Amino acid sequence: MSDSTQSGPMLAADGTPLKKSLSRALRMQKIRALALITPLLAFVLLTFIIPIGQMLFRSVENDIVANTLPNTVIALQDWDAASGEAPDEAVYAALAADLYVASNAKTHTRVGSRLNYETPGISSLFRKAGRKAKKWDVENDGPYKEKFIKIAKGWGDPNVWRTIQTYSPKYTNGYFLNAADMQKGSDGAEIRPESERIYITLFKRTLIMSLAITAACIALAYPVAWLLANLPSAKANLLMILVLLPFWTSLLVRTSAWKVMLQQQGVINDVLVWLGIVADDARLVMINNQLGTIIAMTHILLPFMILPMYSVMQTIQPTYLRAAKSMGATNWTAFWRVYFPLSVPGIGAGSILVFILAIGYYITPELVGGTKGVFISNRIAFHISTSLNWGLAAALGTILLAVVLILYWAYDKIVGIDNVKLG
Amino acid sequence: MAALTPISRKPMSLVLPTVAAAGGFFGLFIGTANGSGAMGVLIGAVTAVVLALVYINVLKNEPLSKWINIALFGVLGFLFGGIAAAIIGLLYGWFIHWFTYWLYEGRYRARLLPYLTPGQVLWHYSFRVICGAIFVFLITPVLVVMPLSFNAQDFFTFTPEMLRLDPAGYSLKHYQDFFTNNEWQRSFKNSLIIAPIATVISVSLGTLAAIGLSQAHVPGRRAIMAILISPMIVPLIISATGMFFFYSQIGNWLEATLGLNKTFVGYVKVVLAHAVLGIPFVIITVTATLVGFDRSLTRAAANMGANPVTTFFRVQMPLILPGVISGGLFAFITSFDEVVVVLFVGSAGQKTLPWQMFTGLREQISPTILAVATILVGISILLLATVELLRRRSERLRGMSPS
Repeated sequence: MSDSTQSGPMLAADGTPLKKSLSRALRMQKIRALALITPLLAFVLLTFIIPIGQMLFRSVENDIVANTLPNTVIALQDWDAASGEAPDEAVYAALAADLYVASNAKTHTRVGSRLNYETPGISSLFRKAGRKAKKWDVENDGPYKEKFIKIAKGWGDPNVWRTIQTYSPKYTNGYFLNAADMQKGSDGAEIRPESERIYITLFKRTLIMSLAITAACIALAYPVAWLLANLPSAKANLLMILVLLPFWTSLLVRTSAWKVMLQQQGVINDVLVWLGIVADDARLVMINNQLGTIIAMTHILLPFMILPMYSVMQTIQPTYLRAAKSMGATNWTAFWRVYFPLSVPGIGAGSILVFILAIGYYITPELVGGTKGVFISNRIAFHISTSLNWGLAAALGTILLAVVLILYWAYDKIVGIDNVKLG
Repeated sequence: MAALTPISRKPMSLVLPTVAAAGGFFGLFIGTANGSGAMGVLIGAVTAVVLALVYINVLKNEPLSKWINIALFGVLGFLFGGIAAAIIGLLYGWFIHWFTYWLYEGRYRARLLPYLTPGQVLWHYSFRVICGAIFVFLITPVLVVMPLSFNAQDFFTFTPEMLRLDPAGYSLKHYQDFFTNNEWQRSFKNSLIIAPIATVISVSLGTLAAIGLSQAHVPGRRAIMAILISPMIVPLIISATGMFFFYSQIGNWLEATLGLNKTFVGYVKVVLAHAVLGIPFVIITVTATLVGFDRSLTRAAANMGANPVTTFFRVQMPLILPGVISGGLFAFITSFDEVVVVLFVGSAGQKTLPWQMFTGLREQISPTILAVATILVGISILLLATVELLRRRSERLRGMSPS
């Protein structure tokens, strides 16, 4: 017995090798931890990650043309769009058969509005043709080419047929091209004419304004965080309330407060007029433009900058500064060469957080941004609820989400998500 | 930090110009408001200097001169512009007197390090003033809505009656509107139904997961954490869009196959959506509490024969309870404040308070919004105070346990 324990592997109390027993214990621990996490993880995956994945899928999904017009899609495969002529009778016959089925199932208008996003005017072609096709006897009523062109001249336009051909595959990059202000031309992707470009401008504006808000937050948060970190804790806690109260106050309350303050008959303008700085008939326009959005959002996001900065600055020893000064550094040198580099992690953490939150903001730009101060999110909401171009909304959302996730990844690398602190 | 610095009286050549500048600055506002900025500056500066000279050289009695100064400016204000101006006058009288003596006696150096140069002292106080301005920026919007909510008119701005502090300019009618208007009451009730249920879901699941995450060996902890925190990071509009499509399918399915009531399904959708949004806050606060948790306590409990469930409820739970509750409050306020997702996922039957406010703000209908805003600020003050108390309690509890 004693021989075997000395020469063989070390054994646990129940006689199994210690290594095995330990690894079993470790496995048990892992399983227990995962068992605790699994319910929530499943919940989040099911109610959050899957819906978003599904939405992202919509940005490339395009089965409506192939599903509603299956025969036409096959017949169109042989047609050469570059020929500049409308396709021959076989294609029209296939379309007639498809439309007969579709118009009786009332799905033809949907294809029409889907293709209308790409080439305006198609929607009405489908509506007109669908009305007639409903009553056709598909087998015997041919030839259809003249019939279609008689219903609407547009059916003879090769451009319309090119659009149908281009969007017949089940997946498309058309929405993404749209989101980048491009379109599918006769030879591949091309940039839209100057007058139709809106999304690039909107993306640029969103980025620039988010950067401006982040910069404003850094400038305002740094002195406050410094003060809070260097005051005795009783006073700092008291002042902290002034930071935390806006943080806890409803977003809509703060937005409505800024509406009250910034509007032309609002508090700030009233005070300025009363002081005689601004004439009564030349009140400042501070709302429904970019300035309004920047001011209100800087205020709303400022606590998200102050809190990370404060927690970093708290860890910087005040003795470092004194040491620098005792060795002959001026105030500025001591700050710039010693304190500032130590506080950079706080600035980084706060900036990424504020930027991530700013870039996807919807409510505040919607309420105080007017038309010039809106973000890409407002456009997404517009496409979801008003224009119903869901694929384009999904494509815009995918681009926005990609930007945010890259920043999120950077934040995780630099700061670590478990280091986020709230209040 | 401050060593006690001996203070000494400062020469008049420092006091008088500074006091004159302060008086002039204040006079500028009064002056521009009454037509001539330059006159205001001049009068403000001269009165400040003359009064400073009188008090310091003639009266030589600080408490007495203080009351004289306050009364003087209070009366002046009252004569010029009624009660509101009198209050400003009283405050200014107190300030300029305090400021004069603060300079003259050299009190401004008392709390500073003795070796600071005048430039450094000046910077020290300018820095305080800058920070003060930023705090004003932070807190003013929250404060401004409060008096405005008592406006007797249907305006979003201060009326002349309000500025004169005339009782006729104030009324509770917007509050009355909030408490009697069906639409506001229904949305308030909806918020009170949705937020607590969503909070319970996110707190119970979130706490369990946070405990799991804080174990020593969790495979893929970083990835799991990233997924669980993502509802906070993903832009709300994207979450809302995704949920819009997904939940309408789920809702249709629930209604069609299980035959559930449409209103009920509507609530379920919004509650689930809000629960997800609240989860990151619970995870963050509870894991933060668990970081300082002393593991030997659970081992001690196990040692004395407690099973894991008993250990959890009798040992671990009381210690992390403050973190759990503040996580819950965060989740509650997230749901209570949330408007984007409910706008997309909910239907008219689930209209919540923020949704009602959002439509009100977009269509500019009534200042009842300001009354609601004031009530919500009150609620957030309560929540903030609770969280703060809990944080202190948690720190005390953790201080007790040897770490």
